[in-house]
Amino acid sequence: MHRKTRSPLAVLALLLVAPASAQIQNQPDDGQWVMPAKNYASTRFSTLDQINTGNVQNLKLAWTFSTGLTHGHEAAPLIVNNTMYIVTPYPNYLYALDLTKPGAPMKWVYQPNPEPSSQGTACCDVVNRGAAYYNGKIYYNTLDVHTVAVDATTGKEVWNTKLGDINLGESMTMAPIVAKGKVIVGNSGGEFGVRGWLAGLDADTGKVAWRAYATGPDSEVLIGPNFKPFYQAERGKDLGMKTWPGDAWKIGGGTGWTWISYDPELDLIYYGTSNPGPWNPEQRPGDNKWTSSLFARRPETGEAIWAYQLNPHDVHDYDGVNENILLDLNIKGQNRKVLAHPDRNARMYIIDRTSGEVLSAETFAYANTTFGVDLKTGKLKINPDKVSGFTTIRDACPAPPGGKDWQPSAYSPKTGLIYIPHNNLCYENQGLQANYIAGTPYVGMNVRMYAGPGGNRGEFSAWDPVQAKTVWAVKEMFPAWSGAVATAGDVVFYGTMDGWFKALDDRSGKLLWQFKVGSGIISQPVTYKGPDGKQYVAVLSGVGGWAGGIVAGGLNPVDGTAALGFVNAMSDLGKYTTKGGMLYVFSLP
Amino acid sequence: MATLVHGAENVLRVCADPNNMPFSNQRQEGLENKLAKLVAEQMGAKLEYTWWSERGSLAKNTLNAGRCDVLMGVPTSLDEVTVTEPYYRSTYVFVSRRDRDLRITSLADSRLSDLKIGIHVVGEDLAPPAYALARCGVTRNVVGFSLFGAYGEENPPRKLVDAVERGDVDVAIVWGPFAGFFAQSANAPLEITPVAPPLFFGVPFTYDISMGVRKGNDALKDELNSVVERESAAIQKLLARYGVPEVH
Repeated sequence: MHRKTRSPLAVLALLLVAPASAQIQNQPDDGQWVMPAKNYASTRFSTLDQINTGNVQNLKLAWTFSTGLTHGHEAAPLIVNNTMYIVTPYPNYLYALDLTKPGAPMKWVYQPNPEPSSQGTACCDVVNRGAAYYNGKIYYNTLDVHTVAVDATTGKEVWNTKLGDINLGESMTMAPIVAKGKVIVGNSGGEFGVRGWLAGLDADTGKVAWRAYATGPDSEVLIGPNFKPFYQAERGKDLGMKTWPGDAWKIGGGTGWTWISYDPELDLIYYGTSNPGPWNPEQRPGDNKWTSSLFARRPETGEAIWAYQLNPHDVHDYDGVNENILLDLNIKGQNRKVLAHPDRNARMYIIDRTSGEVLSAETFAYANTTFGVDLKTGKLKINPDKVSGFTTIRDACPAPPGGKDWQPSAYSPKTGLIYIPHNNLCYENQGLQANYIAGTPYVGMNVRMYAGPGGNRGEFSAWDPVQAKTVWAVKEMFPAWSGAVATAGDVVFYGTMDGWFKALDDRSGKLLWQFKVGSGIISQPVTYKGPDGKQYVAVLSGVGGWAGGIVAGGLNPVDGTAALGFVNAMSDLGKYTTKGGMLYVFSLP
Repeated sequence: MATLVHGAENVLRVCADPNNMPFSNQRQEGLENKLAKLVAEQMGAKLEYTWWSERGSLAKNTLNAGRCDVLMGVPTSLDEVTVTEPYYRSTYVFVSRRDRDLRITSLADSRLSDLKIGIHVVGEDLAPPAYALARCGVTRNVVGFSLFGAYGEENPPRKLVDAVERGDVDVAIVWGPFAGFFAQSANAPLEITPVAPPLFFGVPFTYDISMGVRKGNDALKDELNSVVERESAAIQKLLARYGVPEVH
């Protein structure tokens, strides 16, 4: 662990901000947890403070629940009306547990029965990132590209809408949000040559109200007269077609497989799109819009208001899908409505969420593939020596899973810091090698990943979004592949792939408490107030996902290129953890 | 004799795609199905199939997961399995309508900058010819056809050859066995020409094809090798029947 002290300027900046109540990061909190990111601003911050720096060391296991499944568990449990809801990986069960009774017995389980063949379609384990509660229903996605609404009381299916075709390589793993009566969802499958989209479904009926593609003509990207991107590079007609060779945009990727944030006052949703396909960038000259981009859209119509391409013509598999935390900050003397986006390219983008202007984009993890962002043009400055593609490159950092992958950060309005679970991985790309798909030889790139500088593959760090720098950081042996949760008790929680659930002091990073769970943690911890008035902390264990596929998928540790090259970096994980989905709930005695 | 004793009888356990003609299908009509039957007969073993339409890592999830003991057709250069001696060598080919009289034989043909070219997309990668064309700056006029296609349909890889027949693309560059087989039942005569040169900008277009067994299963490999050697005439006849363009 290394620490950096905060400058007096940072403290001053915190004092100068607008009245706390007006800021978007100060969300009302009733002690429940109704959506994966806790609130529309995606802060993952709880105002509960019973568990705090003074007593967290007394935290004890309260009860557990086995999901009976062994793939990677990435979801956040929801807590609504004294019931806990858990979505599992494929076959995507939804469990309801009764928190009013000792040991939280199961009330019901809903089983959507997704098509078994969808398992072969998902690129990186058959995960699910969770459900959202709204108006008496639980909404979530199934791997075979359905969105379902389930009655939160009875467990009966209310509607079930098929949105895509697993036979075309699509799947669905993201966590929906519900905004203005629309359930907003997106597809996965960027590794299978699909075309990415985001869709808004009527929350009552499941009817598709709109669908916005990430590539193609403006009419299908839902770009119209109100589209006002900040930078010149984002302006022009039909860029979703014209920045591609020929018809390549039709299979160009740009899926939305993770999170959506919402600002009710601006009435804008925010999300990012995945990397472009095909993998070999030489086959798709151009910026490949709107892949690896951020969008601001209207939730009712899907209409695009602005967009910003984080990684034009991405060559490193840097998806733009990571979370967007909505904050109102005083930056350089001005109150700004921003979003904080820690990107795969290892840069923390602080972007004016009203306009799409980049205010800062400094690195939170080691990076040598880019030099920075030109704030005047918005252009990412790319290191030409690390451009992947047809030729062999070495020591490119971060590796394809990025400075940070899907694992969501948290923000504490008390400290003004963003808590970032992340990676420290580099890679080499060894040109072409023979591969095949049933009967058909082809060539693919041979990607190997390994630990970045320092030898640790992961890190958990605290970031000051005003000063644009790291305040403290804790090293982890494996990529920190779980989400974070921050609390008013000045304790932040996260889990590690080798199975430690940890509580850190949010101002110093000091480890205050840890508990060894049965399987590695790659999920999103939550905290809530139980019916007995006590604060609980809950987390799913169950290693897997892209990083943990070596355990959950039984991949061969000798084949370093398996799981798109991630196995090479994770070959020892099996020595530290075994698979198995289990919920752990903790409280003070 | 065979090492594959399960219970009292010899069993040859094969993993195969249920919908991937001309190689295999669930009705066992493909050339790899016929080859498996021949091999099983020669070994005095009962043939058993595990059908698997994995689009990612087939060898990993079938052979190396223990679901079967042999994959009937893998590139000889594939390093995740142990391979037999190759039993054929084929090539990527140009496919065009004979009445177009294009006579394209080389990736260096300057007309490829303007013609509409169809190429299979394998997952997130285009098939090898697209790599070489990209090196020549030919990308704008390349149209990707998913090899997996809409998997619920019969013969998804056929769509590319159909597109040539219909004139949706001027020329397809496709793995030889697909072209040779689907051309047999095309409504318009199609011209099939091996892609030259066989190695272009470091990208190979010809591949030796072997049977694959799990690493270390040399006993089975040896047994399969002896069948390949003994039955080479029958195997050659089989390949010809399915229209496989062979190169030597």
